[in-house]
Amino acid sequence: MEHVVIIGNGISGVTAARHIRKLSDKKITIISSETEEFFSRTALMYVYMGHLKFEHTKPYESWFWKKNNLTLKKGFVSKVHSSSKEVEFDTGEKLSYDSLIIATGSKPNKFGWPGQDLNGVMGMYHKQDLEALEKYAPNNEVCKRAVIVGGGLIGIELAEMLHSRNIPVTFLVRENSFWNNVLPAEESAMINREIIENHIDLRLGVNLQGITGDEKGQVTSVIIRETGEEIPCDVVGLTAGVSPNIDFLKDSEIELGKGVKVNRFLETNIQDIYAIGDCAEQHEAIGLRRPIEAVWYTGRMMGETVAQTICGNRIEYKPGHWFNSAKFINIEYQTYGWVWSEPKENEAHFYWEHESGKKCIRINYDKNTQEFLGINTFGIRMRHEFFDKVLNEKQSVTAVLEHLADANFDPEFYKLHESEIVAKFNKENNTNIQLKKKSWERIFSRV
Amino acid sequence: MKIIKQTGLLLFLIGLLIFSGVIFTGSFNLSQSELDAFITEKGYKSDVIKEKLSKAIVTDESLNIFEFSSRVRNAYEASNEHYNALIAKYDAEKNWDKKGAQYQYLIYGKPHTLSYELAKKSGNGFVKNNPGLLWFLTFGLGIFGALLFILPNFVLLGPEGIKNNGIYFEASTNRGWIAWLVLIYLVVFYLLLYFFPDYVVNWTFILDPISEFLNGGKASQWFVYGFLYCVIMLVMGVRMYIKYRHNKYQVIRTTSVLFFQIVFAFLIPEIMVSLNMPGYDFKNAFPLDYDFFFEWNLDNLRNSGAIGLFILVWGIVLTLVIVPVMVYFFGKRWYCSWVCGCGGLAETLGDPYRQHSNKSLNAWKLERWLIHSVLVFSLVMTIVTLYCYFTGAQSFLGINSQWIKDTYSFLIGAWFAGVIGTGFYPIFGNRVWCRFGCPLAAYLGIVQRFKSRFRITTNGGQCISCGNCSTYCEQGIDVRAYAQKGENIVRASCVGCGICSAVCPRGVLKLENGPEKGRINPTEILLGNDVDLMKLVNEK
Repeated sequence: MEHVVIIGNGISGVTAARHIRKLSDKKITIISSETEEFFSRTALMYVYMGHLKFEHTKPYESWFWKKNNLTLKKGFVSKVHSSSKEVEFDTGEKLSYDSLIIATGSKPNKFGWPGQDLNGVMGMYHKQDLEALEKYAPNNEVCKRAVIVGGGLIGIELAEMLHSRNIPVTFLVRENSFWNNVLPAEESAMINREIIENHIDLRLGVNLQGITGDEKGQVTSVIIRETGEEIPCDVVGLTAGVSPNIDFLKDSEIELGKGVKVNRFLETNIQDIYAIGDCAEQHEAIGLRRPIEAVWYTGRMMGETVAQTICGNRIEYKPGHWFNSAKFINIEYQTYGWVWSEPKENEAHFYWEHESGKKCIRINYDKNTQEFLGINTFGIRMRHEFFDKVLNEKQSVTAVLEHLADANFDPEFYKLHESEIVAKFNKENNTNIQLKKKSWERIFSRV
Repeated sequence: MKIIKQTGLLLFLIGLLIFSGVIFTGSFNLSQSELDAFITEKGYKSDVIKEKLSKAIVTDESLNIFEFSSRVRNAYEASNEHYNALIAKYDAEKNWDKKGAQYQYLIYGKPHTLSYELAKKSGNGFVKNNPGLLWFLTFGLGIFGALLFILPNFVLLGPEGIKNNGIYFEASTNRGWIAWLVLIYLVVFYLLLYFFPDYVVNWTFILDPISEFLNGGKASQWFVYGFLYCVIMLVMGVRMYIKYRHNKYQVIRTTSVLFFQIVFAFLIPEIMVSLNMPGYDFKNAFPLDYDFFFEWNLDNLRNSGAIGLFILVWGIVLTLVIVPVMVYFFGKRWYCSWVCGCGGLAETLGDPYRQHSNKSLNAWKLERWLIHSVLVFSLVMTIVTLYCYFTGAQSFLGINSQWIKDTYSFLIGAWFAGVIGTGFYPIFGNRVWCRFGCPLAAYLGIVQRFKSRFRITTNGGQCISCGNCSTYCEQGIDVRAYAQKGENIVRASCVGCGICSAVCPRGVLKLENGPEKGRINPTEILLGNDVDLMKLVNEK
């Protein structure tokens, strides 16, 4: 029987396994050195915060794997021998495969800072990071202060985590406003306010000079390059992005860039070896996407796609319209389509912010054709299917605003802001767009 | 803030301690004339009990409630034993006339109920004489302390938003020793209430003035329970308002359950009683209200004139028309988490424990067997009862009417709904009864599953499988299993509390009453991938 080996039990690898199982009865082995069973990495923060226990982050009960004949193997793959079609573990053990899927995800970036390997310095990515955090920052007695280096999503999540245990946090962000290479100025400023309101010591426009430790190898402080200030701390979180976790492939014949190079079929340069998820790098970016996308949803989609190919239905990876979401402490964020931090030449932005300063939307559209290009929404939930349809049909910004009530996905009885939003657009653009009442018929008339 | 909270907790515990300790106080003895009046009122013909009771409780000794109860029950037993022996004797002698004559001397009913009734008349002591003061020392301190404990959360929880921080670190909310103590306290409370009401007769003295004000009569143990129920829901409702203040759905829903409990379940029935009408909870639908079709209730309604007839018709229309029609339009949530008293307690007192409901597949299998069995049980019981009511027979299909009613009341009414259903909140989650036992929930669930506009919509491909939704689902639904497939959640058990939507960090879930078309949408490939791929897989 054909043997599919998957290295990595994250969302990409497990999705691939599940879909291969749906389509075939191939032998499937999923290898991980991190945990026995699949868990949701994005939920690790809630374990530290006490919202969940680790077991709650596992989407499948333990019987699931056996029932679906998915073999789980705990082990660390140190080499891939593509000529003999084998993977080798660090124990020397070997396992042969017919198809190999590399889904090893990411590892936190370290930029060679002095002291970056001291005890108490950690990323926030693996289950082991969580365990380290429990050890070095169980409470504000053991950890008097933590410093987080690097803006972005993991950084703010780590800040929120530590804050939930009343540990004072200093948050060093290189940019002069939080995540402003992705978020436009107003949204970025809103999140700055949210961070400060939660009593997190946000330092913008600063870089890490180095980390100092004591004779026991335990971190004692960080030094800021710009000011030379030394901040005493017991824990340092390094959250300056992630990069593909592919060191073990260095001596294989698999073509590597920053990640594992794949074509649109998620195939590497070697037959029967595929790469998906955070560790896969497209030869050429798809549309406006980046060649490497370390995003939950794209990992899942690649898993779905590669399963088709492996099961004889060779299919191109064609991610649909870009979407993403996050939560910045108490502010939910969703985005559909493309909204850049600065509008491109042909683009115009429309921005509305609620008087509370906790909700806003930004619509990006083509100022010549009026085509809707994307939306950022903060504090207001929006319907994914609505925007998928709008983008497929290349509808205009006018159509989107008219039907904004269809798009709203907030819980029942929430205050609606659509009329306020449309009124602001009309005023700014001298238009006379009329908001239409929510219609189930339209909502359900999907492509 | 911390100090305020701790002071509050201390005051609450003192109130609780006094409330619990009150049980052991007071003295109970009757005068001969009071006893004679009681026996006449009850119509007891047994001379044995008259004599035994007289010896046992007409005394100058200061009896506490436990001695008193034991003596009453001994008298009860001695009397019945005496006449049962006579029955056996005459039976052996085949002296049918004499045997038949003995039955009038037997005493029916529960010994603890008899003891309660006598204790209610004979109680004396500090509690009985100072109900107002005791009210402040028990309910008053409890409410004040609890509010002091809860109100600082307004500040301590920080800015509005979901704050489940530390739930799994606290002994109270992570099945620790506090949770077990709460469980034991609640279980003991329910056992006393249902099976040993005489032991808590002192509690009724505390509420006599309030009961007299509301319905003109003395407080019963059920009045204590009803009053306590409202107080607990109100106080814990305040906690809900603070915790979910960012979420208008939760605020309105909490207000709704509070309103229906206080007005419909408590005030209206009390006022009806004071107006000499049958006290009826107009929102309590059969088969949750399992004794609606019992003889005593039907007789009571038939003897109450127009209002009785109205209640009879209303009860039937509520169950057969209003309930299914409302479920069609709004899902069973309109009842289970907006109106129902059991749901109301689960959503207020039970909210800190909602994460403990078991999400495993095995639990789901057990749930479906259990809850539908209870539904069948209640229907069979009702059919038997009604058949016997109209024909005058003792049994139907070989099932004795009295036996099945007693069995249901004991197993389902007392043990399942009360002792287990509420007592086990801290360990098994807050909707044990609603999920595994409530026959009305089973009925509503069947309608919801097959003919309703309600579903929980999932937001395309946005789920990150974090598990907050499943963890905080009080009904043990693995919400995530649907959300990560992009599949609408259509489940018989969903009570539409909306917490899954509230705790979702990605805005994936929304409670909706939409068109039936497209309500059930099993999808294999999530939104986000190219449309051709979706088509291709869906065509297969």
